[in-house]
Amino acid sequence: MYRYDEFDAAFVEERVGQFRDQVARRVAGELTEEQFRPHRLMNGLYLQLHAYMLRIAVPYGTLSSRQMRKLAEIARKYDRGYGHFTTRQNLQFNWPALKDVPDILAELGSVEMHAIQTSGNCIRNVTADHFAGAAADEIVDPRPYAEIMRQWSSLHPEFSFLPRKFKIAVNGGPKDRAVIQAHDIGLQVVRNERGEIGFTVYVGGGLGRTPMIGHKIRDFLPEADLLAYTDAILRVYNLEGRRDNKYKARIKILVHEKGAAAMREAVEAEFAAHNREGLTLPPEEIARINAYFALPPLEPKKALSERTERRRLKDAKFSNFLQSNLSPHKVQGYGIVTISLKPIGGVPGDATADQMDAVADLAEEYSSDELRVSHEQNLVLPHVAFDDLPAVYDRLASVGLATPNAGLVTDIIACPGLDYCALATARSIPVAQRLSEHFGDGARARDIGPLKIKISGCINACGHHHVGHIGILGLERAGEETYQITLGGSGDEQAAIGQITGPGFSSENVVDAIETIVSTYMSQRRDGSEDFLSTYRRVGMTPFKEALYERSAGSDI
Amino acid sequence: MSDIITANRLIDGIVLFQDSGGGWAEDFARAAIYADAAATKAALDLAKEDERRDLIVEPYAVAVELRNGHYAPKALRELIRATGPTVRLDLGKQAQGQAPVLLEKPHVSV
Repeated sequence: MYRYDEFDAAFVEERVGQFRDQVARRVAGELTEEQFRPHRLMNGLYLQLHAYMLRIAVPYGTLSSRQMRKLAEIARKYDRGYGHFTTRQNLQFNWPALKDVPDILAELGSVEMHAIQTSGNCIRNVTADHFAGAAADEIVDPRPYAEIMRQWSSLHPEFSFLPRKFKIAVNGGPKDRAVIQAHDIGLQVVRNERGEIGFTVYVGGGLGRTPMIGHKIRDFLPEADLLAYTDAILRVYNLEGRRDNKYKARIKILVHEKGAAAMREAVEAEFAAHNREGLTLPPEEIARINAYFALPPLEPKKALSERTERRRLKDAKFSNFLQSNLSPHKVQGYGIVTISLKPIGGVPGDATADQMDAVADLAEEYSSDELRVSHEQNLVLPHVAFDDLPAVYDRLASVGLATPNAGLVTDIIACPGLDYCALATARSIPVAQRLSEHFGDGARARDIGPLKIKISGCINACGHHHVGHIGILGLERAGEETYQITLGGSGDEQAAIGQITGPGFSSENVVDAIETIVSTYMSQRRDGSEDFLSTYRRVGMTPFKEALYERSAGSDI
Repeated sequence: MSDIITANRLIDGIVLFQDSGGGWAEDFARAAIYADAAATKAALDLAKEDERRDLIVEPYAVAVELRNGHYAPKALRELIRATGPTVRLDLGKQAQGQAPVLLEKPHVSV
């Protein structure tokens, strides 16, 4: 893991001191709310529906046990005993008091964490594939590049007042697990025919009220040019992006209006003309950062663990857990364990302080002290020996974290929605809970197979509904919550925006509507191996639409 | 149409309601009800003075209506804000017996 050097530590400490002073001046009346708001937002502090909300960065989703324990401690000491993991791999506390936030930030600084640039019109926390550094199919660990961009973008004087927020994601394997094509900049790590590392660059992706899939503007960007090229994209955006209309200010609108080819030309011209040498990454600096992310010393083991196989044969729940929550690791005899934060009927992404502590203990004991947060609002133990899987499973089960549903129909992404969020137009979490209760984590869920349902409580799309295989968007119509459904979205390497089925459904009928969609899929699929998205892509919208609006009595036309 | 005035306390962000003395209460039951637009405007002007004195932030008027003999916010957003998360009944005003009466039993159905 990356460790702060003296500069990093001093920088974060200085920022905490500055914010402490800003809060003191705000409370003393020396700063108005209007003056104070940009300062609190740059430190991740929002005013939400019930109280302040503090958004803490988990850079590229990587956490140590010590950091997770600190989050648990903050949850107990300053909040209400829990936290909410988000689709940006961050953690949100929903009830902090303004007067306590400087102390919280100081506590975070003590474990090399902060909340800088988790809000505001700046470059936000750079996200990455949550199996980074562990996945069997990984080309190169994307996290060193995310860390390099974090250092470069932190308080970058030219890019702290962009037209709008700016999100960058990096993916390190052939499977896109970081939804890079729905980001302002998406970087896919690749190797060329000579084996050299580089990036395929996408620009202008984004969700929100105008969803767009990013355009590829470079097939292969040499590793050394990462910052110079990113800088060129930001410069073009900073100059040409719209500042007259908040809703048209994201880079996706610029790329859309300008055209991808013209955007590519502008970026390449800027890249060729400006400061290229000054931002070229020296190989020794890349090597220095890479060293922080070295694979832990894992001794290869037998491909099968007898202990685990014996347990698998006699314990169906354990077997189901391994089937859905264990992914292939790059070292033989190890696996990646996804800890689902989607207990049946629970709140997606929430973890109690006790659960955070339990996960920290497990990471320390069984996963080389490493954890990941996924954009799917789950936690990950990246390096678990097969021999240890029974012990890990038992401990997870004892704290309610062994739900065997990773990647299945009840592994639902949901934004906080109207239960917490000041911007929301409808609730998300209760819909996720009812769908979770409806489909469960048993035989039917396994029969349905891989299926991503994503729910947002407003058009800002924090719940990524546009790229859900089934997307649900909560809106308010005539004082009532109503839910619009989209089908066929995807956030992987074949990214697509979902298509709206038709008129929306009431809160009362939305679960039945999803059941109708799932039943239609089950009747349409060729066999059990054809997953929902493949079936949808083969048969199209028509059978689903017919089932929803012509045969079903449940629609609200 | 009747209104109440709400805001957040600066120091901790807790949701407050203007009471009949022009002060602020955490309990929805103590919210003063303003029966017409002129009364609402006068109350909001008073609240903005407290905003300028840095006691509260973002004061605004919320439409309320009588339901079964008790006032409650008309809009779902405001009902949830005055009550607490519908998915965590142990949090927010509902956990302290400070929510609009309507919502305490039964809770918002989904």
